[in-house]
Amino acid sequence: MCQQTVCLLQAAIERAGIATVSISLLREVTSVIKPPRALFVPFPMGYPLGAPNDAPLQHQIIAAALGLLERDDVPILEEYR
Amino acid sequence: MSTYDDLSLHVRLFMKSYPFSRYAIEPTLWARLAKPLDKSRVALVTTAGLRTPDQGDFDRSDKRGDPSFREIPNTIETRLLVESHRSYSFDHEAVRSDINLAFPLDRFRELESRGVIGALNHRHFSFMGSIVGPRRLIDEMAPQVARSLAEDRVDAVFLTPV
Repeated sequence: MCQQTVCLLQAAIERAGIATVSISLLREVTSVIKPPRALFVPFPMGYPLGAPNDAPLQHQIIAAALGLLERDDVPILEEYR
Repeated sequence: MSTYDDLSLHVRLFMKSYPFSRYAIEPTLWARLAKPLDKSRVALVTTAGLRTPDQGDFDRSDKRGDPSFREIPNTIETRLLVESHRSYSFDHEAVRSDINLAFPLDRFRELESRGVIGALNHRHFSFMGSIVGPRRLIDEMAPQVARSLAEDRVDAVFLTPV
């Protein structure tokens, strides 16, 4: 249910005029709720930024997500590769 | 990769029958990033159930899920954060061994010092994501956090589930 909570928070924050991007661990949920910008990552639940104590991987995922912030072809559900 | 098929039978059946479409965001609500990222003030929002050691715990007994949130000061040492999410659907040891896995504050500090983002906000927000009945979240808590972020003149928010 974490995924739904993220999507609902994202909607409220965008409604207040602030751009958002989220990480998605469950495409099934994100694709139904459709927040404006999300990066789907191929990791297990509990691992949204890939792996613990792996700063380079975490930075790659964050960079891919931040890259979506400037896009306006919403809703975007991009896949991290 | 996580799909419903990776979840336990109990959780899978719940997820397959849960009316997610009831909460679909339509039409898509969105805001344009007002300035370049290297000039933007950024805040983090996580649903990993994190709190500081002096904050009260989330209510893990609430069947609908505790929709309250904790304000995480930007100055916190990440290793001091306490993870007490009630879900048994994920590996707690991984996030406890590195909070950045679900709340990448140290990574964003590095982006701030490299000038990739303008600045980090003075506070971030943490929820415990297992909110099965999200009415209070939608009506009260989420708008309250959104207002706080707007008052702080935050330009962009990065959100992570767990």
